[in-house]
Amino acid sequence: MNVNQSAPPVPPFGQPQPVYTGYHQSSYGGQPGSTAPPTPYGAYNGPVPGYQQTPLPGVSRAPPSSEAPPASTAQAPCGQAAYGQFGQGDVQNGPSSTVQMQRFPGSQPFGSVPLAPVVSQPTVLQPYGPPPTSAQVTAQLAGMQIGGAVAPALPPVGLGYGPPTSLASASGSYPNSGLYGSYPQGQAPPLSQAQGHLGAQPPQRSAPPQASGFTSPASGGPRMPSMTGPLLPGQGFGGPSVSQPNHVSSPPPQALPPGTQMTGPPGPPPPMHSSQQPGYQLQQNGSFGPVRGPQPNYGSPYPGAPTFGSQPGPPQPLPPKRLDPDAIPSPIQVIEDDRNNRGSEPFVTGVRGQVPPLVTTNFLVKDQGNASPRYIRCTSYNIPCTSDMAKQAQVPLAAVIKPLARLPPEEASPYVVDHGESGPLRCNRCKAYMCPFMQFVEGGRRFQCCFCSCINDVPPQYFQHLDHTGKRVDAYDRPELSLGSYEFLATVDYCKNNKFPSPPAFIFMIDVSYNAIRSGLVRLLCEELKSLLDFLPREGGAEESAIRVGFVTYNKVLHFYNVKSSLAQPQMMVVSDVADMFVPLLDGFLVNVSESRAVITSLLDQIPEMFADTRETETVFAPVIQAGMEALKAAECAGKLFLFHTSLPIAEAPGKLKNRDDRKLINTDKEKTLFQPQTGAYQTLAKECVAQGCCVDLFLFPNQYVDVATLSVVPQLTGGSVYKYACFQVENDQERFLSDLRRDVQKVVGFDAVMRVRTSTGIRAVDFFGAFYMSNTTDVELAGLDGDKTVTVEFKHDDRLNEESGALLQCALLYTSCAGQRRLRIHNLALNCCTQLADLYRNCETDTLINYMAKFAYRGVLNSPVKTVRDTLITQCAQILACYRKNCASPSSAGQLILPECMKLLPVYLNCVLKSDVLQPGAEVTTDDRAYVRQLVTSMDVAETNVFFYPRLLPLTKSPIESATEPPAVRASEERLSNGDIYLLENGLNLFLWVGASVQQGVVQSLFSVSSFSQITSGLSVLPVLDNPLSKKVRGLIDSLRAQRSRYMKLIVVKQEDKLEMLFKHFLVEDKSLSGGASYVDFLCHMHKEIRQLLS
Amino acid sequence: MATYLEFIQQNEERDGVRFSWNVWPSSRLEATRMVVPLACLLTPLKERPDLPPVQYEPVLCSRTTCKAILNPLCQVDYRAKLWACNFCFQRNQFPPAYTGISEVNQPAELMPQFSTIEYVIQRGAQSPLIFLYVVDTCLEEDDLQALKESLQMSLSLLPPDALVGLITFGRMVQVHELSCEGISKSYVFRGTKDLTAKQIQDMLGLTKPAMPMQQARPGQPQEQPFVSGRFLQPIHKIDMNLTDLLGELQRDPWPVTQGKRPLRSTGVALSIAVGLLEGTFPNTGARIMLFTGGPPTQGPGMVVGDELKVPIRSWHDIEKDNARFMKKATKHYEMLANRTATNGHCIDIYACALDQTGLLEMKCCANLTGGHMVMGDSFNTSLFKQTFQRIFSKDFNGDFRMAFGATLEVKTSRELKVAGAIGPCVSLNVKGPCVSENELGVGGTSQWKICGLDPTSTLGIYFEVVNQHNAPVPQGGRGAIQFVTQYQHSSTQRRIRVTTIARNWADAQSQLRHIEAAFDQEAAAVLMARLGVFRAESEEGPDVLRWLDRQLIRLCQKFGQYNKEDPTSFRLSDSFSLYPQFMFHLRRSPFLQVFNNSPDESSYYRHHFARQDLTQSLIMIQPILYSYSFHGPPEPVLLDSSSILADRILLMDTFFQIVIYLGETIAQWRKAGYQDMAEYENFKHLLQAPLDDAQEILQARFPMPRYINTEHGGSQARFLLSKVNPSQTHNNLYAWGQVTLTSLQPPPLNTWQLLPCSSLL
Repeated sequence: MNVNQSAPPVPPFGQPQPVYTGYHQSSYGGQPGSTAPPTPYGAYNGPVPGYQQTPLPGVSRAPPSSEAPPASTAQAPCGQAAYGQFGQGDVQNGPSSTVQMQRFPGSQPFGSVPLAPVVSQPTVLQPYGPPPTSAQVTAQLAGMQIGGAVAPALPPVGLGYGPPTSLASASGSYPNSGLYGSYPQGQAPPLSQAQGHLGAQPPQRSAPPQASGFTSPASGGPRMPSMTGPLLPGQGFGGPSVSQPNHVSSPPPQALPPGTQMTGPPGPPPPMHSSQQPGYQLQQNGSFGPVRGPQPNYGSPYPGAPTFGSQPGPPQPLPPKRLDPDAIPSPIQVIEDDRNNRGSEPFVTGVRGQVPPLVTTNFLVKDQGNASPRYIRCTSYNIPCTSDMAKQAQVPLAAVIKPLARLPPEEASPYVVDHGESGPLRCNRCKAYMCPFMQFVEGGRRFQCCFCSCINDVPPQYFQHLDHTGKRVDAYDRPELSLGSYEFLATVDYCKNNKFPSPPAFIFMIDVSYNAIRSGLVRLLCEELKSLLDFLPREGGAEESAIRVGFVTYNKVLHFYNVKSSLAQPQMMVVSDVADMFVPLLDGFLVNVSESRAVITSLLDQIPEMFADTRETETVFAPVIQAGMEALKAAECAGKLFLFHTSLPIAEAPGKLKNRDDRKLINTDKEKTLFQPQTGAYQTLAKECVAQGCCVDLFLFPNQYVDVATLSVVPQLTGGSVYKYACFQVENDQERFLSDLRRDVQKVVGFDAVMRVRTSTGIRAVDFFGAFYMSNTTDVELAGLDGDKTVTVEFKHDDRLNEESGALLQCALLYTSCAGQRRLRIHNLALNCCTQLADLYRNCETDTLINYMAKFAYRGVLNSPVKTVRDTLITQCAQILACYRKNCASPSSAGQLILPECMKLLPVYLNCVLKSDVLQPGAEVTTDDRAYVRQLVTSMDVAETNVFFYPRLLPLTKSPIESATEPPAVRASEERLSNGDIYLLENGLNLFLWVGASVQQGVVQSLFSVSSFSQITSGLSVLPVLDNPLSKKVRGLIDSLRAQRSRYMKLIVVKQEDKLEMLFKHFLVEDKSLSGGASYVDFLCHMHKEIRQLLS
Repeated sequence: MATYLEFIQQNEERDGVRFSWNVWPSSRLEATRMVVPLACLLTPLKERPDLPPVQYEPVLCSRTTCKAILNPLCQVDYRAKLWACNFCFQRNQFPPAYTGISEVNQPAELMPQFSTIEYVIQRGAQSPLIFLYVVDTCLEEDDLQALKESLQMSLSLLPPDALVGLITFGRMVQVHELSCEGISKSYVFRGTKDLTAKQIQDMLGLTKPAMPMQQARPGQPQEQPFVSGRFLQPIHKIDMNLTDLLGELQRDPWPVTQGKRPLRSTGVALSIAVGLLEGTFPNTGARIMLFTGGPPTQGPGMVVGDELKVPIRSWHDIEKDNARFMKKATKHYEMLANRTATNGHCIDIYACALDQTGLLEMKCCANLTGGHMVMGDSFNTSLFKQTFQRIFSKDFNGDFRMAFGATLEVKTSRELKVAGAIGPCVSLNVKGPCVSENELGVGGTSQWKICGLDPTSTLGIYFEVVNQHNAPVPQGGRGAIQFVTQYQHSSTQRRIRVTTIARNWADAQSQLRHIEAAFDQEAAAVLMARLGVFRAESEEGPDVLRWLDRQLIRLCQKFGQYNKEDPTSFRLSDSFSLYPQFMFHLRRSPFLQVFNNSPDESSYYRHHFARQDLTQSLIMIQPILYSYSFHGPPEPVLLDSSSILADRILLMDTFFQIVIYLGETIAQWRKAGYQDMAEYENFKHLLQAPLDDAQEILQARFPMPRYINTEHGGSQARFLLSKVNPSQTHNNLYAWGQVTLTSLQPPPLNTWQLLPCSSLL
């Protein structure tokens, strides 16, 4: 919202946004849109239109043009007109303009509304303003108004309209951009709708004209008809789509046009589609202007419809309703907007309940009393005061906590506070740690706990006077009184057995069975370890790491190595009694690297030799972990096991597994068994590991089924990581593996950790997701916790919350540092509480929501059939949106899909979750892959889930080679691919380079060093190092992408029309997937239908 | 042959056999009335420098139930080339190779002087000897160091092609792989878990011969044909490796807290050693040599817990049934011993510690497999070092004095049956026509397995005369017994030694004098003692003593001449004269008396008693006492307190101890330093003489005895005093001594030359 200001300048963007933005904008509009949009849009629109056209075929395009004309004429046209003017090529403008228009409407309403939302509105307005040239704008406005005028008339006409209009008025209430309706409803209503809008607009925007334009749209509903005329032709879409997006809520603008069509159609539709159609249409109206457009065309165009079809009446709806993809909310747009709006200013955490910038935005954080969003992100920063409200909204209240998150170099890591022997100051009752929210009273002699309200004495050594505001005068000298995140040095009371811990140890446990040897893994690994051991994590400025290392190799027996520095040569001790594992040596197993370097080097030299001729193919697994754990136990320290494992452990031993991979189970009630461990032995083992502070990192190198679901149990429960390299071959996978390994070994880890989340009275942490173990309901036990691991915590009400005091979270993590120091890390976060649902919806974060929902669903598959899980998700999503629609959005046609601004991406992201490999596997996805992904997601943070579910697709040749920044992304749909371009696609795990079939030869030459497209090796994983700007840039880009992710992404070069392309297309998540996943458009329609069902 | 004495001696020298009766009572009834059973002490591998083995195989009786070996007692029809078996009377054709046979061209086995003959079997692959060291690492530093040195030294004594292996144990058990370059490798086992042989072999990777797990680098062709190559390697190949490995052996690294015993997994270590050999070299000569410095404290076979405050079981505890681990541990070791015996391997136990080490429980390992048992105070003593070295002594041919995997088969003529054997053997459970239903010792079989034996290993074999009284043996008939010992010679050859003896039958009623005169009281004493000790293992001490007493009384009744009510009239003939004395000392011996001995000591003494030859056994029963004085050459004197005189030096040999005791005066003379004066050189010689003699004994005996050099009033004099017949009480002994104390005379000047007394020994 704040952004608004910036927005104004943006104007141009605003317009572009329109495309999707339509929705977004409207929603965003307010916020982000403004600035960022401009540029992106330009680019986007351009392409988009192109695509749209292509995809939509004649229709879409045609529409635009056709529309344009009409638009110009009509006005709504503004947008259209804009198009027209700019030329289709500029579609951007066109759309944008339209969009803007739409937004405006929305905005206007808002504007009128004055709501906080105002912000959004303003932005909206601004955008609009800019886009349209002044002249145009004016024209538009005029048109709009007119339209508005018209509209009235229309309402009666179009069913949809009716609502829209209402929306419009209502829209005022909808602060959120998209949701005009909402604003209007709330507040707007009072305003004269049309005028109000207008008025609003003007105020908001400098560019009244636009506003006017918008207004018109608002009123547009009515106009539609006029628009329609022109639009109907099918082009309706173009226009509508654009506009719609913005308006989602207020379809009016575009909707109008389409609407017009609609209206036109409406008449027909009813007959045609029965109720459904209307529904759709309505939806369209909302966001889906396009839909309407389609209707007319329907019959044919809508392939997508079919998908829907199922839901709505396939027959009618489908065809007709097709939505213009450009008209629906675009993640890309939202991301860009947020980047532009919020990337420049640091995020200051001083204010309670602020929604931080999106995870995709680069921003700095200034800790002024609340934990940085890098540590904690919430699904909503405004919590309903009562559980009834919460239940009504169905918005999960969850926090995604990454206690040891890495910070950018510009931000200081948490201060360490040492309170000496007395230890950290805590509330006597609830044991919360001293934090900035504690209230000092009685002149500083006591403090009231902000969590449980208990009054505690301030110990004498901690006493300090208060200033006139009741603040301690030393508040700013003490991190625990002024910062959101800080650390305490723990006293011996916080240590196991009341003994300060010894430094942790790393144990490398290497599979030396036939497969591991043959693939070259063992040799590679041993070679790497020699140098890697110099880079063990160390604390602060320590010269050398305190971590001790140990080595074990194994096949069906275990080999321990004594590498004591005094030995002339390493000693190998074989333990064959795998049924009853024990550690055969005490002294010399865990050693200091620098002291035993010679022996270790000698050992690592010999391991590959010793087993070079092995023919042992069987392996054990549980005993290996057991051994590592026992070793740590014997050494009385915490630590981490690095397991390098190749095959299903079929050797006779505890934890022996059998191959139970059965694809026939997919889509049956037994599918869940594929995700469940085969045996309970691993859970038991994990429990022991956790008790010992033994974290397990597993590197898998399977050639076939290894039952990841079972093998990953221990890593999962001990806070470890699993890495999987299917069909590992040194030549191809070396870089990826080594890079992951280096990172994994070097990363800072907290050991033997316990995390407790305390909350102020009224809410309570009830559920936890992530890689950890819990032996009771409150303590999250983590044998190891690194900077990538995230814990998602869900809260529930157990009492009424107070708007005034808000809600507080305190996450305390007790852990042992790499140097063996026992510490407490505290993160505090204050949230607002609300009595209005609208506040909730206005302060949500969709990415976090998706993070929670994905984790929830991924855990659900353990116990329920996948289909049930999917349905639950859809239902929940529908309920969230329906609640919004019902309670926050201005009354409007039931056919309108109105999305909260903050959640307008919820459908698209949710769809991505639904069609992810775990919930809807394709034929090529192995059981292991699913289990692997499932457990990966469990501990992902918000940024990771974001890109994982909605991959980034970057065109490489569109932006000038010189530009150093990342090229703007495009939406993940095949429609967005130009066969004359090259794209990078990444989702945090995979990295593809897609080469269009008709890409310029020069580009091919400079990237691949071959003369033609046909000579490019498909599946290539390394780009040749060439000395030309393009090659450098692409490689640089790839490197920077990899640097952003916690795992190394192996590059796969995919050629258009090549076999591998299937693989690639799997990640184009807006499209229909082969496995039956719905396309974005289809899903949105489905969602709309669900919502409508709920509402009716 | 002039006297029975000479006859007996001659027989012993030639055949290694001493019978209790050299003329046999011809009926069962008579025989039982003789009190001392018909039995013999057999030293199967008695050294016979004059008996070169023949390089062919024996000729067997063709009757499948007999299979006796052709011997000088068989009747031979040279013309028909037939021979009649003297046991079953089967007539057998000579094999083709014997076609040239005639009265003047006899094969060795038919010549009377070859009543004992040794055949060399050429068949079958010869496998090298195997030595598996099982070493306790829970030792004090200097003890371990000494042990390591002994072990390293022993490597140079082993036959170069012998296979050696190393297992070390403490809290864990480590089986060392010996062929590794650049890294030393071992398999580790938990010390608390009993594993089956199969498990052990699985865990050692011995079950899949097709899988040489590692090391077979191309370019280095693997010549080792055995899977077990990893653990058992020819000494010449890994001499250096093993020496280094032993050198690097560290004390068990696991911390032992105050008040605890180190955790010692002897039971599992032995079990693994047994399992290893069982899986790799069954029925091949192999020695498992266990070196332990304390009691097993954990796992199967534990003898005592690790709490130092709980002492290890004593006889008192055992009688009170208070030894909680004893039965279980014994069972464990018995199981191991039986398995080992089945595989033809033997287990040596070298236990050196000041406290007990659990020999009581472990004894069967050595007893049943023919292994050695050595008990000492520390590995850092010459007692252990020299004893251990002596294991590898060689005979006149340069062969090791050890043989393996022997089976002893006894065949008797039909008037006799074999009732059992007592010695380092186990039954092979071979029933046959010559097996008696009554058992004496280990019976019920005609074959026994002796897994490890040396030239002095001696078994007592007991017979039963089954001839019925009403079916007299024809006049001049002779009973025959054939002992067939198949064994693996230390040169790895398979050999068969056959001893065939015959004795006359006599009718006990008419010819009792003959029988009486042919009584071998020494052999009888030892044989009876063995029976007594054998019983003592399973019965209460007093019962055994009572049994012994009754036997003695009955014997005296039968063969003594006396007038009723007149003790002074009692007479025994010469051939019985020493027997009561033997019995007297036997009753007092540590073999039957446990008082003042720990259970370990008792086990140790009994172990040796059950395997030594007659001479040594007699020493054990009745220690020998020599007296050295200026009055004449050294002389054996009565084992009686009256032999302790002030001007004598006594040398007592109890087999386990050599005690030199200086009489009071002698001690004072020595204290006064007379031996350093030139004019008293004869005194110096006198002092030196027993030392030299003792040294000679020490050099020859296995195990090396404890050597005690003491004097009148010395604390160690108790070793002597406890053995002598206390005809004078200690009190009057001392009183008597004090007299001379007051008037110390110098020793006599050099007047005569001391004679060496070695001839007496």
